[in-house]
Amino acid sequence: MGRDRTLPTVWAALVVLLAAGPFLPQWALSFVSVALYLGIVVLGMALLMRTGLVSFGQGLYYCLGAYAAGTLDHFYRISDLLLMAIAGALLAALVALVLGLLLAKYRDIFFAMLSLAFSMILYGLLVKTSVLGSTDGFGLSVKTFAGVVLGRHWVRYAIYAFAAVIAAVCAAAMHRYLDSHLGRLAGAVRDNELRVEYMGASVHRVIHLNYVIAAALAGVGGALMAATIGHVDPETTANWTTSGEFVFIAIFSGTGSVLAPFLGASIFEAVRTFALERFPNTWQMALGVTMLLVIMFLPGGLWSMFRLSRRGA
Amino acid sequence: MATILEARNLNKSFGAVTAAADINAHIEQDSVVGLIGSNGAGKTTFINMVTGYVTPTSGQILYEGRDVTGMQPRGIAQLGIGRSFQIPQLFNTMSVHENLAIGVGVAARSTRARPDAPGEAAERAQAERLIERFNLGGYRTQAAGLLPEGVRKVLDIAMAVAGGPRLLLLDEPTSGVSAQEKFRLMDMVMGALQAERVTVLFVEHDMDIVNRYTHRILAFYEGRIIADGDPDRVLKDAEVRRYVIGEQIHPGRKDASAAAH
Amino acid sequence: MIDGILYASWMFIIAVGLTLIYGVMKILNVAHGSLYALGAYTAAAFAGSWLGHGHAPVGSYGVLLVAGLVVGLIAGPLIERGLLRFMYGREEIVLVLVTYALFLILEDFTKLLFGVDPILVAAPYALLGNLQLGHLVYPVYSFVLVAVSILAGAALALVLKRTRQGKMLRAVIHDREMSMALGINVSRVYLVTFTAGAMLAALGGAITAPTTSVQPGIGAEVIVLAFAIVVVGGLGSLGGAALGALIVGLVRSAAVHYRPEVELFSVYVVMALVLIVRPKGLFAAPEARKI
Repeated sequence: MGRDRTLPTVWAALVVLLAAGPFLPQWALSFVSVALYLGIVVLGMALLMRTGLVSFGQGLYYCLGAYAAGTLDHFYRISDLLLMAIAGALLAALVALVLGLLLAKYRDIFFAMLSLAFSMILYGLLVKTSVLGSTDGFGLSVKTFAGVVLGRHWVRYAIYAFAAVIAAVCAAAMHRYLDSHLGRLAGAVRDNELRVEYMGASVHRVIHLNYVIAAALAGVGGALMAATIGHVDPETTANWTTSGEFVFIAIFSGTGSVLAPFLGASIFEAVRTFALERFPNTWQMALGVTMLLVIMFLPGGLWSMFRLSRRGA
Repeated sequence: MATILEARNLNKSFGAVTAAADINAHIEQDSVVGLIGSNGAGKTTFINMVTGYVTPTSGQILYEGRDVTGMQPRGIAQLGIGRSFQIPQLFNTMSVHENLAIGVGVAARSTRARPDAPGEAAERAQAERLIERFNLGGYRTQAAGLLPEGVRKVLDIAMAVAGGPRLLLLDEPTSGVSAQEKFRLMDMVMGALQAERVTVLFVEHDMDIVNRYTHRILAFYEGRIIADGDPDRVLKDAEVRRYVIGEQIHPGRKDASAAAH
Repeated sequence: MIDGILYASWMFIIAVGLTLIYGVMKILNVAHGSLYALGAYTAAAFAGSWLGHGHAPVGSYGVLLVAGLVVGLIAGPLIERGLLRFMYGREEIVLVLVTYALFLILEDFTKLLFGVDPILVAAPYALLGNLQLGHLVYPVYSFVLVAVSILAGAALALVLKRTRQGKMLRAVIHDREMSMALGINVSRVYLVTFTAGAMLAALGGAITAPTTSVQPGIGAEVIVLAFAIVVVGGLGSLGGAALGALIVGLVRSAAVHYRPEVELFSVYVVMALVLIVRPKGLFAAPEARKI
């Protein structure tokens, strides 16, 4: 068994991204930013899956994060990237703290459906709230970071760099977490809840905790998305199709490593951008076919390909 | 000797079925007690009630003098009662080491743990010690779901022990284990437990095993305890022989066969 | 109120197919929405062509019905034999993902077949004229819809209670392993069930086609509502699907009537509330002890 190279890889990737950033064209910066914030959301999903649960409603927190960021700028003229991210994470975590109390009582399909229901409730609320722009949503822009004013040409890079740092920190933290007692307990809950209770630990508490963590990650991802794209609306955030995309990327990536979600998100975004341009009417089909292939032949997700090859060597 | 577990007038019915009736028992600290009885006699129901999986219809359960009737399994485990299962309850996708590490880790963080409890490195070491004591070294990194059945049983017991319980309930520890292996398994388990001061209750169908390892036997039949005492007495008890062990003594025939020889 | 019943009966046909499939096969069929859409598109296309060729408008009703049933009859076995069959034995949630992938595929497949422009076939709908009840006017077609819905529900109930096939289906719903042990050809039951469900979905789409413009996305809209109903009623319960559809329909029409802003999410609030009070839905099967 090789030594665990995950953390060094995370930091190396961060350094590479930060260094290369100023030289990359606009589209590349955007692309990487998207892959990063999607990856962060999926990182949270992977944690939930490690705990044995598939959420069909992460869009709820993604949306809360995005709208939190957007509201800061649009209504309060606070255009600070750092504050947006914090607001996104906090709002998502607070809502998850409450909803999680209830949701942690459910499993399997019912957990999936109830989480879906909550995200659709938010969707419905937003669509009918004209102050927030209803289906059109509203725009926002980032002007400062932690109080430091960003020159117009540096805003894109700042968002990109910030996303990279957050992604790296989240990945590293998650890696440590999964290696700790609580992380192992998550897998234990997935494998055998009865035994966990019989040992004296609370299954409900483990699920609640991981649910809040996953929500916070989705909230940060949403805030970063809002900053990158400069626009928030209910359709691309709270609708179930968005949550479905997260599920897809999560399955596609597998839960084998904290790096997997970012790899999966990159490939997904690449395929989506490419396919959407060339084949606007069949890219969903391609997505569906890919998902089927992964489910059939790579049940551990994309990452299991790496594990297989290492075992061979 | 102090009483660690006491059952007072325990009753449990599931609708029309009486699973336990009028159960009274005093279990002394550090003793090893065998629970015998045919299937459906009430042994597992008794264990389920003591460990909180099932709430008694009436009656009381006292552990170390404290009323724990109707408490949830989580609370019971935190008080120091451990349990192994007829069908091993393991974390199948995780390795043997991880399974035990989780058991140790949960106990270290329970309400019973000392505030100055050692950190994660010490917990891993503790898991290693358990692996050695239960002879699981060869399987340390294997996923629990892929282990041979006998090893899964041992792991199940080891996990119950990992929590450092003062009272250990083993539900048919040797079931599914081949006849030759049974004694080896019990020798190892009992040996591993001797280092601790644990009171052990185990359900068993093999009378040789019960005879060898227990100080006392409780015999169950149709939800009631029909005999309670030291092994010699109980195993010779007429009712126990009739309803549990399955021997029927026909005085007439015995004379005839003796005469024939 | 009547609006609610109309809405409910429309959703019932779709929901009952969904819950039937789940009850027997333990699969939450996300692709049910696309089957609905396929039925709608096919029916609209053929009915439009029928009317365009100057045939009797009365015949268009038959065309709608036949189109819906045929789509289900073809798509059902294709999907079950061609894809689902290989996935049995995997976890429930994996099968949901499989049907979700299928949904994505079928969405685009429908776009390829029928194009992205909306299709409007209003004739069958308009033909029957309107009915006046009190001071409200309702299109007669809507009542036809209710009639079809009730008929379908009754037929299903009858088949399940009286026929041998139906009894086998109920046995499998109750306990799959035991059914296999008893010699029931579960594999064939699965095929029949899925096809029946597909036919119901497509039929639902077919008869709805004249009332709305058929365009991409109707499948996605419908499926989340169907989920809500089926979960509210209890997965696998046909009576539950009826009750769930009724509740959702009435709540939604009440919302539209009194507080239009909450229309969209009222359904999900109901779903959430029901799940909170009855975690497995209204008519859920009790579960046995595990250890």
